[in-house]
Amino acid sequence: MLGLLWLIPILPFAGAAINGLLGKWFPKSVVTAVALGAPLASLVIALGCLWEYSHGSFPNGVYEQTLYAWTAGDLNIPVAFLLDHLSAVMLFIVTFVGFLIHVYSVGYMGHEEGYRRYFSYLNLFMSAMLMLVLGNNYLVMFVGWEGVGLCSYLLIGFYYDQPFPPYAGKKAFIVNRIGDFAFLVGMFALFAHFGSLTYHEIFPKIAADPGAVTGAPYALGLPLASFIALCFFVGAMGKSAQIPLYVWLPDAMAGPTPVSALIHAATMVTAGVYMVVRSNVIYQLAPGVSLFVAVIGAATAIFAASIGIAQTDIKKVLAYSTVSQLGYMFLAAGLGAYSAALFHVMTHAFFKALLFLGSGSVIHAMSGDQDMDHMGGLRKHLPATFITYVVGALAIAGVPGLAGFFSKDEILHAAAGSGHWVLWAVGLITAGLTAFYMFRSVYLTFFGQFRGTHEQEHHLHESPPSMTIPLWILAVGAVVSGWVGLPKVLSETNRFQDWLAPVILHPAGLAAAEHEMSTGAEWLLMVVTTLVALGGIYVAWANYGRDKGLAEGQHWAARLPVLHRLLLNKWYVDEIYDVLIVRPLAAISRFFWKVVDTFVIDGAINAGAFLTELTGDVGRFSTTGNVRNYALYFFLGVILLFWWIAFR
Amino acid sequence: MSVPISWYLLLSAVLFAIGAIGALTRRNGISIFLSVELMLNAANLTLVAYARQWGQHTGQIIVFFVMAVAAAEAAVGLALFIAVFRQRRTIDVNRMNLLQG
Repeated sequence: MLGLLWLIPILPFAGAAINGLLGKWFPKSVVTAVALGAPLASLVIALGCLWEYSHGSFPNGVYEQTLYAWTAGDLNIPVAFLLDHLSAVMLFIVTFVGFLIHVYSVGYMGHEEGYRRYFSYLNLFMSAMLMLVLGNNYLVMFVGWEGVGLCSYLLIGFYYDQPFPPYAGKKAFIVNRIGDFAFLVGMFALFAHFGSLTYHEIFPKIAADPGAVTGAPYALGLPLASFIALCFFVGAMGKSAQIPLYVWLPDAMAGPTPVSALIHAATMVTAGVYMVVRSNVIYQLAPGVSLFVAVIGAATAIFAASIGIAQTDIKKVLAYSTVSQLGYMFLAAGLGAYSAALFHVMTHAFFKALLFLGSGSVIHAMSGDQDMDHMGGLRKHLPATFITYVVGALAIAGVPGLAGFFSKDEILHAAAGSGHWVLWAVGLITAGLTAFYMFRSVYLTFFGQFRGTHEQEHHLHESPPSMTIPLWILAVGAVVSGWVGLPKVLSETNRFQDWLAPVILHPAGLAAAEHEMSTGAEWLLMVVTTLVALGGIYVAWANYGRDKGLAEGQHWAARLPVLHRLLLNKWYVDEIYDVLIVRPLAAISRFFWKVVDTFVIDGAINAGAFLTELTGDVGRFSTTGNVRNYALYFFLGVILLFWWIAFR
Repeated sequence: MSVPISWYLLLSAVLFAIGAIGALTRRNGISIFLSVELMLNAANLTLVAYARQWGQHTGQIIVFFVMAVAAAEAAVGLALFIAVFRQRRTIDVNRMNLLQG
């Protein structure tokens, strides 16, 4: 089965090609079969590969498969796929959650125009994402990285006949491009120094001789390791929506809801975390940059969570929640708790995909209305959606026993263990805010009286099984996926951490980041985290429970009107960016358009054309059509010729 | 007593100038044609004058070629003028201005 590893990314690509190029002549059932068959086949092969991989023994725990070497002059990059302990986890998340969301999409997108186009893009996304996680070097990762960016753009702008989605798609693409540029610069620096981009060629070299990359300043006054780490993190900022490049992700909700679940919550946006964890050797040798990563992560976490508590659009709440949770992951990665970061990637993939799909089911029932102010009391009409959504909300809020509790606890534990108490406090407050805004959305959506129009109420219905079955499966995942990484106080060993251990290289002469604490302190932290989460839920219940709608429920908003307006308007970040960046850039662009292009460049060309035309206009008077004039010219020419011959 | 070569050349130059002026100024196609013949024969005169001066035959032989070419040219040219006359009932070259740019 491992020999078929290369098929995992190729099959969805084939699915995309078949549906995209030939699907026009297929009936809808065949389109659906191709669209679901490709990721299903990938999932089956992936599970087979993972089973064989976990039962076999490989040198350094790495299985590699080289398809061919891409050679151009001195450049030799293998196009190769890699299965190790890290990519195995990502492979499982992407194929499993990806397939479930494909199934869900069949129900959700069933009535939409562009059904075939949608699945063609979604399959293409799967292919690119799998390439990203399976590549054995940074260039293959980058190909996938750009591929998922393209699919993200295409799917955000899926409803291209409306004004906002194409704009949001462009925004996502452009903001991502800023990060991609830094990522490229980092790759160039890496290649210039090592002559290779393959993980297992570079990392052991760095680990064996850390002095070579941490010594003299390389660029920007930073040593090579720090420079590369910084460049890579800027790349991750774009893809994984961290301050200051997070602004595209909330707008990305303009795409269809399953896309938000798959691309903008479960998989693509975690690519930055994956990349940082993958490059852990480099980050361990760049302590300053790592701390920067942690600070940005913590800041993003609390900032996005604060916006999330005031949004009224159910998808916007989840979008800011995603940004916030991604911040958590970077907080962990920056503190050196790489396994905690990836653990949160995994649990988050389950419960956030579940929450998004649940919101999609709600929106489906509400005939496309996303405003929570119009909802309420939906638990009677959508029982399956209600139960699964609450499970997801409990998981993300960090209620003990569910997935989010263990992963979030491990991150907070790492923050406390590393002695960065400010970061720990920020993480803890974020946890409280998370519990609050999630249950705010639960109460507003599912409890109380229905506040929408009569027509909407009449139309309320539970979603078809193709949508509810993935919800149930993901709900199970949102409960149990945390159990693979129980902390040491609850089981003899943290199995997730042990599984990931071979991937975390330790550079020579550098102590591993220690997050060990006494058992009592660990228990205390766990209790504090739990209390904060339950406190958040209680505040949400006090404000929005007890049959209250948005209007009556916003006690805190009435008391803090300025804060509420700030949060509702997302701290006016988009407006600030507009003034500071977008408008100056537009002004410069207009200068280059109107002055440099239209006046200087076009002017020069038009002047040339004008001169040519003028010469022609004057010259045409010589061609009178009168033969005798031509004879005269000829005669004068001959005289000149003789003159020249005689007197030169 | 032989005639000096300069006389021949002078005569030739005068003939050529008359031919050139005629070719440029006449409007009648036939007249232009005759003027061109005059220029050709002025050239011929120069050739034979030099041939006599240097005692070589090359110049005289070239004159035969020129006469042969002139005959061919006359045949083609006259045919063209007849064709033009049939079309337009005139051989006034001022009326032939279809090449105007």
